Amino acid sequence: MSKFTTQHEDFKNLQRRLLYLRLGLLLGLLLLSVRLWYLQVVKGTYYRALSEQNRIRTVDLKPARGLIFDRHGELLANNVPSFNLYLTVEDIRDREGLATALEDLLGLPRAETKKRLALQARSYVPILVKAGLTLREAALIEGHRLDLPGLRIQAESQRNYPQGSLGGHLLGYVGEVSPEQLDEPAFAGLAQGSMVGKAGVEKTYDRMIRGTAGEKIIEVDARGNERKTVEVVEQTPGDDLHLSLDMRMQQMAESLLGEEAGAVVALDTTNGDVLVLASRPTFDPNTLSRGLTAAVWEQIASDPRHPLTNRTLQGQYPPGSTFKIVVASAALESDKWSSDTKVRCTGTFPSGNHVFKDWKKGGHGVMDMDQAIVNSCDVYFYNIGHRLGIDTIAETARWFGLGQLTGIDLPSERIGIVPSTEWKQRVRKEPWYAGETISVAIGQGYVSVTPLQMAVATAAVANGGILYKPRLVRAVRERASSRLREIPPQDRGSVPLQDRTFALLHESLHGVVTRGTGGRARSKIVEIAGKTGTAQTVGARPVQTGTNHEAVPKQFRDHAWFVAYAPADAPRIAVAVIVENIGHGGTFAAPIAKALIEEYLKVSETDDRHQNTGQF
Amino acid sequence: MIDTRTPDNFEWRFVLVAMGILAVGVISIYSVAPGPAPGGQAPLYAKQLAWILIGTLAFLAAIAIDYHKLARHAYILYALMLIVLALVLVMGKSSRGAQRWFSLGPIAFQPSEVAKLVLVLVLAKYFADVQRSGWVQRVIVPGLLTLPGLLLILKQPDLGTAMSFTFICVSMVLVSGLHAKALGMGVLFTSMLFPFAWELIWTSLHDYQRERILTFWDPMIDPAGKGYHALQARIAIGAGGLLGKGLDEATQSRLKFLPEGHTDFVFAVFAEQWGFIGVLVLFLLFATLIFLASEIAFKARDPLGLLLAAGILSMLGFCLMVNVGMTMGIFPIVGIPLPLMSYGGTTTVTSMAALGLLLNVKRRRLTLFY
Repeated sequence: MSKFTTQHEDFKNLQRRLLYLRLGLLLGLLLLSVRLWYLQVVKGTYYRALSEQNRIRTVDLKPARGLIFDRHGELLANNVPSFNLYLTVEDIRDREGLATALEDLLGLPRAETKKRLALQARSYVPILVKAGLTLREAALIEGHRLDLPGLRIQAESQRNYPQGSLGGHLLGYVGEVSPEQLDEPAFAGLAQGSMVGKAGVEKTYDRMIRGTAGEKIIEVDARGNERKTVEVVEQTPGDDLHLSLDMRMQQMAESLLGEEAGAVVALDTTNGDVLVLASRPTFDPNTLSRGLTAAVWEQIASDPRHPLTNRTLQGQYPPGSTFKIVVASAALESDKWSSDTKVRCTGTFPSGNHVFKDWKKGGHGVMDMDQAIVNSCDVYFYNIGHRLGIDTIAETARWFGLGQLTGIDLPSERIGIVPSTEWKQRVRKEPWYAGETISVAIGQGYVSVTPLQMAVATAAVANGGILYKPRLVRAVRERASSRLREIPPQDRGSVPLQDRTFALLHESLHGVVTRGTGGRARSKIVEIAGKTGTAQTVGARPVQTGTNHEAVPKQFRDHAWFVAYAPADAPRIAVAVIVENIGHGGTFAAPIAKALIEEYLKVSETDDRHQNTGQF
Repeated sequence: MIDTRTPDNFEWRFVLVAMGILAVGVISIYSVAPGPAPGGQAPLYAKQLAWILIGTLAFLAAIAIDYHKLARHAYILYALMLIVLALVLVMGKSSRGAQRWFSLGPIAFQPSEVAKLVLVLVLAKYFADVQRSGWVQRVIVPGLLTLPGLLLILKQPDLGTAMSFTFICVSMVLVSGLHAKALGMGVLFTSMLFPFAWELIWTSLHDYQRERILTFWDPMIDPAGKGYHALQARIAIGAGGLLGKGLDEATQSRLKFLPEGHTDFVFAVFAEQWGFIGVLVLFLLFATLIFLASEIAFKARDPLGLLLAAGILSMLGFCLMVNVGMTMGIFPIVGIPLPLMSYGGTTTVTSMAALGLLLNVKRRRLTLFY
């Protein structure tokens, strides 16, 4: 009995303690419910936002840049599909390994990759590692994708320049918008990594041709794979540009310059259209637009021949004898000189301690204005300079637009120097010495110009004084409206010369070609007017002869100038040519101008015929 | 004589609740992995259904064989179990730094899951047989019984199952009776030993286990790395809100931000889809199961039945608490599946067999008066 009681009590105890276990478990569930309430109800909104952040990604839809055409509709810039390699810094696990892999697979220098990774401020924005992967490279990367988290290949449109390096300077190139640019209003609203124009018309017209980026909101899974599209805002392609440039002539100009450094500018004298804007040596904008490595960039930037410089508007050269057009105008407009004023040229002109020499030993003999221009007599112009003084010459030079921006629709134009007493005091903090005027009178000394400025001035002489603003883009095809919007020609006023001054200039410049220093520009097809120039490479000093022998090192030889317009009686084209370190302008620059003029007038006559018969 | 073969209402309730939880589990598994498993295998939910089928056989078998008969072989079963646990250390399949599974063709068998049930059986048998008086009988012997299994499981290592083992032992010691004084001594002794033991435990842990424990305190220490599981689970649960996001919109689980959504984190999947209300219903099902199981234990015919039922209750209850707790971030993440819901052959079959044993205990009680 007692044993049974003990057993019974023992069982009762077991049951009692069992209830504690039950109570404990049920209390546990209650506790879990409280925690659940906190997570789901109290913090529910917060966690829902976090879950949205997990799944939603915004992908930029990059717009296609506008196309660029020349005046005949030839394609100068378009877009082609390209495999681009992107890197998201946040997803990288092993920087060292990644840098090594990129070097092994793509040949990207390891140190450079690490430097770029270190510079990246916003770690979740993909950065462009390399654009334009070959199919082989893309396959290699895809094959190693699992070992290289953070790398992604994206098919995008890549800027392409079908003409290669032709017109590279004026077209420019594109590149990723820089962090500094993103802070500027002109680039407001652009995403990091957007492509913008870095030079040339790509830069000037960037806002028109870059288009508007779209946005695709997608849902991704934990591995970042796209699962579905939530929302799309379509991108708008950029506007197309129609240049006034004649690509055939551009090509001709560049091949005529060949391996020589130099520049050729050709303008339509009737409206300022830029027909040719050639600068050598040049570069291939395709290379610069495809994500350069620092080594290649360094190589281009440190090239002693400065291929990136657009010599047509950044090269500042002494104008040499082409400046005599300006000095002659100044003389004819002043009451101190006339076309009949005669000077005996003995080959020398003493001034102060110096004796200035004529390029022709022994001199030209007695010269009037016309003869002095035709024969490019230095002594005659030394006398003009001595008589007029620097400030009169400077004023006339500014009438022709020298020392100022031409206003062409290209970035980074230089203005050259039109020296004056005021200029020297301001810049050099020294007074002007009368002797310095003598050098300037033949386009040496402090005076410097760009080839484009000379072309504009020559066109103004040709068209009777209208100083046009060079127009490179004639029209814009607006994508939004499909409308072709013309950009009208603009002039910057006129050169205030008397008619008889123009008449004499026209006569004498024609004479330069028919009976003077520019004989090499004489054409069987068309009457050409022009002026030769030979610019000294070594600073302001008296003229010396004998620097153009083959024995003289190349970099010390003179620059050859030739400015011209044609037809002489009814001008339609003006040309400025400079070939660096080669010798006399009449010998080396004049034939280039002649060839271009002949090509232009031959072709445009054909165009005219088409227009007349209504076929155009 | 009452025909014990006829199920009464009570049993139907019990079975229905268990089926309900199993069904919820299959739906959750389906929602994270609706397609075929990698390697062209059948989809996970289909495999889980097959496991439930096998589990049903185990369930029926566990009802059929009288638990007294089973208890008679408890020590032999436990010895066999220890041999298997030792074998898995030698021959088992190694994965993620742990050696827990036997690979039988496409099926992975995890002996430590079964070992928990065998431990319950052997402890119930022991406590039912002895006088349960004095230190040695009450604590030392059961402790020594548990220790070999515990050490073998720690060696794998399987922290979660080792904790289950410890909890089963402790809770059965408590249910079988411990004077307040003895309990106090025990607690004091353990806490005095803890600093030394901690050193031992901490250094014996694998790196990933230590990281899990550290990131438990603050998942933001390393949100993309070691804290990722904990953080993503918390986001999934929280994003569910009051009413849940539904099967299609539950992006955390559907898009796999939540790892292991079909196994250890199945609760988070369910919570994201069904929300607070849904989880309350699920908790109600589990609470009912706990209530019914403890009722069975309470009304058991003899101490063996009671202890067996209590052991099973604490085994399943512990897994439930720890799994849900770690998913919600109140426990560190240890690999413990959610009973009856997580995908897994061994755990499903074992849990269902355990439920069968509970009904077994219930159905033998009426023969007391026979």
